[in-house]
Amino acid sequence: MKRNIPQEIEPLKALQEFTSARIAIGRVGTSIPLKQSLDFKLAHAHARDAVYSVLDIDHLTESLRRFELPVLHLHSQITDRRQYLQRPDLGRKLNDTSIDHLRDITTMSSDVAIIIADGLSAMAISENTLGLLKELIPLLTASGYKLAPITLVEQGRVAIGDDIGHGLKAKLSLMLIGERPGLSSADSLGVYLTYKPRPGLTDEMRNCVSNIRPKGLSYKKAAKKIFYLINEAFTRKLSGVELKDNAGLLDGH
Amino acid sequence: MTAFKTTIRHKVYKFHDLKALLGKASPHRSGDELAGVCAHSYEERVAAQITLADVPLKTFLNEVIIPYEDDEVTRLIIDSHDVNAFALINHLTVGELRDWLLSDDTDTLTLTNLASGLTPEMVAAVSKLMRNQDLIAVAKKCEVVTRFRNTIGLKGHFSTRLQPNHPTDDPRGVAASIIDGLLFGSGDATIGINPATDSPAAVSKLLTLMDNIRFQFEIPTQTCVLSHITTTLQLINDGAPVDLCFQSIAGTEKANTSFGINLNIIEEAYQATLSLNRGTAGNNVMYFETGQGSALSANANFGVDQQTCEVRAYAVARKFKPLLVNTVVGFIGPEYLYDGKQIIRAALEDHFCGKLLGLPMGCDVCYTNHAEADQDDMDNLLTLLGVAGCNFVMGIPGADDIMLNYQSTSFHDALYLRKVLGVKPAPEFEQWLIKQGITDDKGNMLTINPTHSLLGAVI
Repeated sequence: MKRNIPQEIEPLKALQEFTSARIAIGRVGTSIPLKQSLDFKLAHAHARDAVYSVLDIDHLTESLRRFELPVLHLHSQITDRRQYLQRPDLGRKLNDTSIDHLRDITTMSSDVAIIIADGLSAMAISENTLGLLKELIPLLTASGYKLAPITLVEQGRVAIGDDIGHGLKAKLSLMLIGERPGLSSADSLGVYLTYKPRPGLTDEMRNCVSNIRPKGLSYKKAAKKIFYLINEAFTRKLSGVELKDNAGLLDGH
Repeated sequence: MTAFKTTIRHKVYKFHDLKALLGKASPHRSGDELAGVCAHSYEERVAAQITLADVPLKTFLNEVIIPYEDDEVTRLIIDSHDVNAFALINHLTVGELRDWLLSDDTDTLTLTNLASGLTPEMVAAVSKLMRNQDLIAVAKKCEVVTRFRNTIGLKGHFSTRLQPNHPTDDPRGVAASIIDGLLFGSGDATIGINPATDSPAAVSKLLTLMDNIRFQFEIPTQTCVLSHITTTLQLINDGAPVDLCFQSIAGTEKANTSFGINLNIIEEAYQATLSLNRGTAGNNVMYFETGQGSALSANANFGVDQQTCEVRAYAVARKFKPLLVNTVVGFIGPEYLYDGKQIIRAALEDHFCGKLLGLPMGCDVCYTNHAEADQDDMDNLLTLLGVAGCNFVMGIPGADDIMLNYQSTSFHDALYLRKVLGVKPAPEFEQWLIKQGITDDKGNMLTINPTHSLLGAVI
């Protein structure tokens, strides 16, 4: 990203081509010039708005129709965003209504349960979910993987996918979740893959594909990477740290 | 077991042990709520503080909050306690210690001599009875000076760690941030990179890159790649140019286990780093990072409040005579420190507690995007820490760490603090800045000449 450089520090300008760090931004007295100060504020504003963005459930449900899978709506035990930010434990558990709802669903066992949660950026979900699934779902169905109903979870954390995947009798859960917004990436989507999801698992049991967004990891590359991990998980019947060893094969893709 | 109780308006508050009392007496923060150890009402919190004030300091030597048999950090705390230093205050209660610390007779030398007589739990306890102002006033009296290639922590001086992180460890990208920082007068505490990958080969490249720049421009500072301590140890054995040995540490054995370390591993790496003998001004070779909430996030807090866990980590740091200890206060997120108020309080506590225990405390004045905080909160905290005599803060281009995705303090922020408080860099580094034409002899920034030799270091 090129920035407007005050005349005074022209000599530093050349360094900017080597990094996106905010180098060579000049100074007024010893302070950051106003333009650069406002640039920063705007980036932070985008990140803050992303944290407080809300899932548009109706719109998302409508757009998921194309995949011809049932869509479930669930909710964690969190009541508002302030609580979500302070109580990750409650964001990992379904509320009573959702537990009942999940229990009442008579579903056949399946291979992959796709679960979508707002996480720390609903914006990431609304902007990137469809793009990713359009690449990924055809890969899965073409290989004969049986898909569970798609689940939308409000105010969810990653581990809530364990209960849902287990409830849906899926062999593997795929959690699509909004990642913690960075200053230059308010819309970053993360995907967590867990083989044999069940309550009580920890993060060592998962694999993560991170930074999925148009300016980060593209949908096509992300789908390819996730598809590879799913195949490996089914072959080796595990996920997590032990699966990571082979994921190095993907470097450079 | 001692009974801890107090009565307020006919209501009796009982606290079943020291651990519970410390938790309930802690100023409010989200992490203690998450852990379920905090007070349930404002009154209960003050009741706990009133109760804690009457606890004799000797109690802390007889009642440990995590069993001696179960935890090597507890063993370290108890076994290394200096009874002679403690003699000065062994008759006091926690509340009396607070007043004693603030009294005019308690000066820098007294506090320096007392440090080894204090345990982390005593220090954590007294901090819970102190307002932010008290934490600043007492910390300002402390002076903890450490040396490697320069002298850090002298009164009237204030240093920065130049943090030139890059998402892919690109050498030219890293070098660009280093040059930019040096030209802004940053980097006297250390030039320290958080590597994107912990592979020995990648870390070694970064070490060599920084060592070359340091050597070429004869910079009186030290460099560090913040890799895992076992990686650093391996690199030392391979002959890489390691100045400082880094490690994140926590206040319980179990939490340290989750970091893949224990006291023996740190000792081994400490001895290996010392043996390189690369320091010219002194031989403080360790760089530790800590932060409230790390024990709970590793599910290893044993019902102890997060601030007390944090101070226990300082016992680990103290054993290895570090050059730098950095509390990365707001990095952990809002489930531990929710907003600017909690982050500021925690940082002042950490700085005070570390200094009182004799540690060269610095602070990563920082926050994540899901915390209720912004750069204004960081300005407040930075200024307060500057007044409190904090040894160092971070210097990051534009305060935006593009690798770790959080916001800290910029090169400019350090210049602001030097200007408004009249504090200077480490003396050796200050002379270098003058020699390089970066500042004048009063510390004012000069306009950089387009032909400045540092600008050629990247290309």
